[in-house]
Amino acid sequence: MADVHLPTTLTPLFAGLPRRVDVDAPTVNDVIDELDAQWPGLRDRLCEPGPTIRRHIHVYVDRTRAGLDTPIDERSRVDVISAISGG
Amino acid sequence: MSRTLLVIGTRKGCFLAESDADRRDWSLSGPFCEGWPVYHAIVDEAGTIFAAAASEWHGSAVWRSRDRGETWTHSSEGLQYPEGGKKLSKVSTLSAHDGRLRVGVEMPGIFESRDDGDTWSLLTNLEGQPGSEVWDDPANQPPGHLGISGIETTDDPDRFFAIVQGIGAYETTDGGTSWTPRNRGLRADWPREHEEVGFCVHKLVRSRADGDRLYQQNHVGMHRSDDAGHSWTEITEGLPTEFGFAAAAHPHDRDTFFVIPLDPGHGRTMPDGQAAVWRTQDAGSSWQAMRDGLPQSDAFLGVLRQGMAGDTHDVPGYYFGTSTGQVFGSNDDGNSWTEIAGYLPAISSVAVAILD
Repeated sequence: MADVHLPTTLTPLFAGLPRRVDVDAPTVNDVIDELDAQWPGLRDRLCEPGPTIRRHIHVYVDRTRAGLDTPIDERSRVDVISAISGG
Repeated sequence: MSRTLLVIGTRKGCFLAESDADRRDWSLSGPFCEGWPVYHAIVDEAGTIFAAAASEWHGSAVWRSRDRGETWTHSSEGLQYPEGGKKLSKVSTLSAHDGRLRVGVEMPGIFESRDDGDTWSLLTNLEGQPGSEVWDDPANQPPGHLGISGIETTDDPDRFFAIVQGIGAYETTDGGTSWTPRNRGLRADWPREHEEVGFCVHKLVRSRADGDRLYQQNHVGMHRSDDAGHSWTEITEGLPTEFGFAAAAHPHDRDTFFVIPLDPGHGRTMPDGQAAVWRTQDAGSSWQAMRDGLPQSDAFLGVLRQGMAGDTHDVPGYYFGTSTGQVFGSNDDGNSWTEIAGYLPAISSVAVAILD
């Protein structure tokens, strides 16, 4: 199970969504699918048409910048970050 | 006893202000919508609040509260252009009428929801209209990038007006299937490629007392229509500037209308640092500055196009929110004003409703 860490900007948008969640999925895209199945609408908050990860959302798999097709193994740590923006 | 509810959209979420029918004492709540930048927030006939918001991180969505801000949900299901087509970068304006919730977006298009904002579908992108061949080009996007910057409803849910920022106003009478430009008689101080469009309509307001009477604040001038937008007459004379965004019509008198003129340059604040709302009671033949209660020195206040609203009480109240976070209100038809809130984030919109 991958250890997925979500940003503080995301969790208040979905009832019951924790900061850390274990997900069994082979790619980043599949992780997001799994989360979206449990919290409908979550995919739209992280991805835009393409599909691609939103411009100001960064995803890292085991500390390396990742894309939707980046593979994940069962011990991976996945960090979803709200990148520097706003003001 | 009825309650008067202000719905205030800001750069850092939505706020509510609530009062009784006297509209003297207000209680403020918020921020809501998790602090997302709210471009337009409204309240429909049932008292449901909707907020069009666009997060820099999490994209665009329309938020909804059915319990006066106690709980909120959001949805963007269906709120996107088909793959490979136009990009939806922002939801910028809302309208609600007869169970039809509409949101105008950038790039220009209107999405509609028939299920109270749970799901959305593309209603129109005004394809083929004069001007549409250029408005999707990012190089042609005006500042603000609002796309559809206003949707003005009528008594008929199939008939409404859409404003394309920097292009002009269009009317549909068949629910968005076909459109007609409604800009005849407007002024433009720049070259235009089309006869019917190329006008900078900032705000269009329809009189509740006479559906054929429209007012508009344009980039260049105030204008009035007596024939439901088919033609326009300029009524700028008597105002301190020709420029502004916000406007409101009297709910019971077709000839009374309010506007907030701003300096037209980069500042776009109230002239001379003296706050004023200007009122006409004769359809624009003459104008009076309403200053009582508003700051008269060092007050460089800006008000955006959705930043003013009027209620429907017998003696109507008016409200406006500023780019520096103040909300001012009048409970006496605009004669005097009080500060309802002083330290909110920059305000993009103010809407009002009377609720049982």
